Amino acid sequence: MVAPPRVWWRPLDRLERTWLLLALGWCLVLFAMMPIWLAFGRHNVPATTYRASAAQFRQRVEEFVQKYQVGVEKGIPIVEPPPGDIYLLARQWQWYPILKLKKGQTYRLHISSIDVQHGFSIQPANLTFQILPEYVYVITLTPLESGEFSIICNEFCYIGHHVMIGRILVTD
Amino acid sequence: MATQAIPLGEEKAIFRVCPVTRLRVDLAAERMIIANATAAVVFLLVGGIMGLLLALTRWEAIHLLPATWYYRLVTAHGFNMLVAWIVFFEAAGLYFGSTVLLNARLVSPRAAQAAFALMLLGALLVNAIVLAGHADVMFTAYVPLKAHPLFYLGVILFALGALTAVVLFFANVFVARLEGRYAGSVPLVVFGLATAAIIATYTLLSGAVAFIPAFFWSLGWLRTYDPGFYRNLFWGFGHPAQQINLAAMVAVWYALAAITVGATPINEKLCRLAFVLYILFINLGAAHHLLVDPGLSFAWKMFNTSYAMYLAVLGSLIHAFSIPAAVEVALRRQGYQRGLFEWLRRAPWQEPGFAALVVSMILFGWLGGVSGVIIGTEQLNMQFHNTLAVPGHFHATVVGGTTLAFMGLTYYLIPLIFRRELRWKRLATWQPYVFGLGMLLLILGFLTSGTLGVPRRHWGVFTTPAIFSTLIPEPARLTLAISGIGGVIAAIGGAMFVLVVLSSVLTGTVQEARSLRLVLADPADPPEATEITHVEPRGTFLIVLAFLAFFILVYFRNWWLLGVRGWLVH
Repeated sequence: MVAPPRVWWRPLDRLERTWLLLALGWCLVLFAMMPIWLAFGRHNVPATTYRASAAQFRQRVEEFVQKYQVGVEKGIPIVEPPPGDIYLLARQWQWYPILKLKKGQTYRLHISSIDVQHGFSIQPANLTFQILPEYVYVITLTPLESGEFSIICNEFCYIGHHVMIGRILVTD
Repeated sequence: MATQAIPLGEEKAIFRVCPVTRLRVDLAAERMIIANATAAVVFLLVGGIMGLLLALTRWEAIHLLPATWYYRLVTAHGFNMLVAWIVFFEAAGLYFGSTVLLNARLVSPRAAQAAFALMLLGALLVNAIVLAGHADVMFTAYVPLKAHPLFYLGVILFALGALTAVVLFFANVFVARLEGRYAGSVPLVVFGLATAAIIATYTLLSGAVAFIPAFFWSLGWLRTYDPGFYRNLFWGFGHPAQQINLAAMVAVWYALAAITVGATPINEKLCRLAFVLYILFINLGAAHHLLVDPGLSFAWKMFNTSYAMYLAVLGSLIHAFSIPAAVEVALRRQGYQRGLFEWLRRAPWQEPGFAALVVSMILFGWLGGVSGVIIGTEQLNMQFHNTLAVPGHFHATVVGGTTLAFMGLTYYLIPLIFRRELRWKRLATWQPYVFGLGMLLLILGFLTSGTLGVPRRHWGVFTTPAIFSTLIPEPARLTLAISGIGGVIAAIGGAMFVLVVLSSVLTGTVQEARSLRLVLADPADPPEATEITHVEPRGTFLIVLAFLAFFILVYFRNWWLLGVRGWLVH
């Protein structure tokens, strides 16, 4: 509140210096954790992306569904693809199709939106990725447990946002 | 002979002298401070009522609002609180810091009025268009979700007004210097406000770059607007906007510490260095929102989200030490020397400004700061992006931290600037604690719900009429109820604040301020007078060590939680 004395460039106290060094050290640990986890962790943020228009992407998803469809639930096709490239389309207010995967297998999930932004959130595993129109995000996924999973849209996508719930089945 | 550019002898403004602080107050500046602070409190009231309705909706056992109104009010609540309340208050703070604290005048009352009018017009326009149902797009308005053009125009007008106020701040400080109204360095509070103003300048410019094309796009003048590009630009505005609050809040913390216990910074160099770290590195935080976005590389995300190796976090860790240390040294000099914590026990806990300072620092640092670093770590973000943990984090920073600090300062503006006697002093004493408790519950409820996967901005995870279940674990019902109860208590605390302020301003006795403190008598002797021995802030050092231990524990717990996720991903 009041102006400092004319000379305020004074050396630090003993405790001030100690705290400053501790804090700086901790900041460097925080920073180092990210590259360390990139090298050794098994949960990292995917970085593969390519561009595709809504029409192109929709066509690719339709081809994928026709090829591997095994059933239908509540009007949405169930698709059981082999490990490798799989597709998921986000639109107001649906995840399309329902994916049936095998535990322990690795899939490259190509995912995009054909209208507004959406959020791809697998529950109850609780991992989230942002989905943008025009961008196809390639997420490499390996389910380690079998059972039923839901996909919650967690980016607001207009007033039907809360009904946009999808499904993933993982079998042994 | 050189001509004198500024007529020094002739006064261009009408001043009064404050009987308590001996500061000269320009009456034109005082009027603008009052106008902005009043607008701020009114928007706080409106946004607060909306917040209560939202809290009662997310508490799914009550589930008050229908879906459309829930989303509409999330949009309006976000704008009124995050933009209107805070920026109006900051405009008041900037005028206060650049005139009253420097004995200086408001350079252009006309420009200040224009800034106020633009901000008010913009804020009213946004509220009208949102409540009319033409902009259910959330505060973020992510392209290609389209709102009515007037929504973007309202935001742009508000930003223009705010930018004018920021420019006036610099003009005031500059002219004060030329006119010789202060000598040497500016006080630390003004230095902090200058930090906020510098961050505000590039933040508002980034906002203009994001919103002006969005405005054109909504009018059909632009055919497409890349969603990834918009997100980057928007957060170049949206996140640094919170860092303006951060810098302003830290400045207010120093002010509250000075007002309530007579604390002066123990090392100006360190405190100022911390503010400079904010200026240099905090704008990188825009990337916090893009951590799980497609199209960006690991290196870009890592460098930007960590504020270049966490140098801005270092700034906050410095303040976390230097503010309580200043309080401790001031109280020890007043004679509370015994043990590690006598100063803390004997601190003025009944003084609303001190209560606000302590509660605000705890909520901001222990909950907001720690959760912010965790959420803002590239890989950890996969667990938190767009979950309720994110509002948990920013309610800790912006509401528990900034809003409570600003509330605390408002109590002192009433006698000093509004020149009214504060009414309902007992209520004012309790208010920071009630509000803080409510926010604590709300924040903890939000953070734990987010950990369980509950999304933000979502009408209901248990009550949704969707064809499939969300599979959110049952304990989330409890955590959502806790945040709902917290919201109700916080609303009571907010109502107490509005009641004290409005009744003081509208019905309080008109009088000149008689003392700096409100409830207790002023500190016995000013700290300078008894500066005999060297006093060490040993108690504070122990507190910050405990904080660091807590931080380390919570941080690594979250890495462990990520490592045991049932799905591998890369």
